[in-house]
Amino acid sequence: MNQRKQPGHSVFRYFLLGAVFAAFCASADPEVAGIFKSVEGSVTITRGSSSLPAQVGLPVYQADRVITGPDGRAGITFEDSALLSLGPSANLSIDRFAFDTTTHDGAFEITLAKGKLAVVSGKIAKHQQDAMKVRTPSSILGVRGTEFVVEVGGSQ
Amino acid sequence: MSTRLGCAVLLVTLAGCATTDRVILLPDDNTGKVGKINVVGRDGDELLLDSAYGEARTGTGKVRSDTLDSDAVRKEFGKELAALPPRPKSFLLYFITDSDELTPESRALLPAILDEVGKRPAPEVVVTGHTDRVGSVEHNDKLSLARAEAVRDQLAALGIDKAHILVAGRGEREPLVPTDDDVAEPKNRRVEIEVR
Repeated sequence: MNQRKQPGHSVFRYFLLGAVFAAFCASADPEVAGIFKSVEGSVTITRGSSSLPAQVGLPVYQADRVITGPDGRAGITFEDSALLSLGPSANLSIDRFAFDTTTHDGAFEITLAKGKLAVVSGKIAKHQQDAMKVRTPSSILGVRGTEFVVEVGGSQ
Repeated sequence: MSTRLGCAVLLVTLAGCATTDRVILLPDDNTGKVGKINVVGRDGDELLLDSAYGEARTGTGKVRSDTLDSDAVRKEFGKELAALPPRPKSFLLYFITDSDELTPESRALLPAILDEVGKRPAPEVVVTGHTDRVGSVEHNDKLSLARAEAVRDQLAALGIDKAHILVAGRGEREPLVPTDDDVAEPKNRRVEIEVR
């Protein structure tokens, strides 16, 4: 590459960099992490400062939080075909979700703050050991497959 | 702050610490195979769950382990297990050599795929192309994606909403029959349809 310094050149380069960055931001549509397949009772998705009621067919994204009421239950199928369900009075956040459909590289990290969860892990966990993680207030679970249940705040 | 409030806060904090989180590993619903979960507790101590109905409890102190049985799990986690989405179902399609025309056997599977889509809530169809190991990785990535797209168009023509069909090309990464590089293997040249 040409190493000569030209005054106008670097300004142009910054401009270009800015333009590329802006284009990247504009095109960075959030990728769907999963789809609700079952919803019963009161189930709410919290996204940033807004919240909306969950419905069968609605997507969930990275950084969403799913909260079920005392009568609520929900089931979500993720893009890597992992299955997840929440029972009543649960609080789950999707901390990180990324999945490459060609290589199956990815990251799937969730935190259960409250309630109970059932999981059938999918292609991310199958491809890479510990790429799927479940956090609870007192543990980090490195998932190497496949089916399990989690409860937060149970009695001794 | 009053002493009473201080005590209440302290009690709530202590109560918060005293609760226990649990994870229980289950056998795979279809195959009975048991996976593994590495459990890391608050103090950084670790426990590997690798047997059916193995349980790890975390909270204060070390990670503790126990073994439950299917009845206990069903009783305690029945609501959650019942709310799991339906398991994905897979179909394998093959083509007549050097064409994008399905073999008669594969064509005969199409009604069953449509039927499966019709049974599910918010159905999605994932169409994944696979190749054998003839040619470069890059070439096979493109080829497998092109095959998946061809199948997507055929499924859409049968009435499945294109918006609910996802395509992927796995190239030569996931052979059904493992082979050396550059070996032609018709069983590996396939498209997998996953209905979920």
